[in-house]
Amino acid sequence: MNALRWTLWIAVAICALWFGLFAYQLSQPKDEFVESAMIGQTMPDFVLPPASASRPGLTSADLADGQPRLLNVFASWCIPCAAEAPQLDALERSGANIVAVAIRDRPEDVDRFLEVYGNPFTRIGSDEISEVQLSIGSSGVPETFVIDGTGRITYQHIGDIRPEHVSVILEELRKAGA
Amino acid sequence: MKALLILLLAPLLAVFAVPLAAQDAMPPAPYAYRQLDDPAQEAKARELMHTLRCLKCQSQSIADSDAPMAGDMRHQVRTRIAAGEDPEAVRAWLVARYGDYVSYTPRMTSATWPLFAVPLVIVVLAGLTIARRMRRRT
Repeated sequence: MNALRWTLWIAVAICALWFGLFAYQLSQPKDEFVESAMIGQTMPDFVLPPASASRPGLTSADLADGQPRLLNVFASWCIPCAAEAPQLDALERSGANIVAVAIRDRPEDVDRFLEVYGNPFTRIGSDEISEVQLSIGSSGVPETFVIDGTGRITYQHIGDIRPEHVSVILEELRKAGA
Repeated sequence: MKALLILLLAPLLAVFAVPLAAQDAMPPAPYAYRQLDDPAQEAKARELMHTLRCLKCQSQSIADSDAPMAGDMRHQVRTRIAAGEDPEAVRAWLVARYGDYVSYTPRMTSATWPLFAVPLVIVVLAGLTIARRMRRRT
C-alpha cells in the first residue's frame, strides 16, 4: 500500500512539472523569426540584373572580391525598410560597403523609394521571384547579412535595423575583416 | 434606420478595408499558380508543397498560402521537380537554408529522438504494469 502511494505521488509530481512547463512556455513571447541556416556558409551562385537605373546589378562574384560587405534585402513596398533607411545611411557613413537585393520590385518603384529614403547602396540586384532570398535562407524584408571578403555569410540581422543595432552590425562587419 | 446606420458605418469600414501590410505590385512567379504539364510531376510537387511551411504565414503550408513568398517557394518546388530533382532533395535544399522549421515532416535527430522514444517507453511500462497486476489477480 505504501509503495503504491509513493508511485502515485511521483505521477502527481510529473504531471505538475508537465503543466508547469506548459504554463512557462505559454507565458513566453512568441519568436516569429526564422534564422537562416546559411550562416558560416558560402553565398550561393547568382546573377541579378540591376533593380534601378542608378546602380549596377549584383552577382555572387561581386561578394567575393576580398572586401567584406553588408547585403541588405529590402523592397520598396516594405514599410520597415523605409524605417531603417537612416540606420543604413549611418552604416554607410561609418564606412560600410552596402549592396542590396530588391525583392519582387519594379525599377520605377525602387527609384522612387531611393529618391525619398536615400541610396546608401553600391549595387542593387533585382530578385523578382525571391530566388536569391530563398537561396540564402532569408524569410522576409528587411534583413541584413554580413558577407566576408570570400563570399561567406557571417551574420544575419532580421527585421529593420534600429539605432541600437548599428554598432552591433559594424562590429560584425569588423569581425568579418573590414 | 438601418440605412442610416449603414450610411454612417460605410466610411468607417472603408478606412479599415485598406490593407495594413504592404504588398508588392509584381505578378506571381511563373509556377506559383501554374501546374506542371506532367501530371505525375505535379502530383509529386503538390505532395511536397503540402509538407513545407510558409515562412510568412507560419501555420500554413506553401500549398495553402496566397502570400507572394509562398508563391515563390511553389515556383522553386515546381521548377526543381520539373528539372528532375527528387522531392526529398528539394526538401533538403530548403532545410539547409531554413532549418527543420521549414518542413512539416518530422525527422529523427539528436534533439527530436525523445519524441519517438518516450511513447515507446510508456507503452512498455504500461504493458509491464498491466501484466504484473493480471498475474497478481489470478
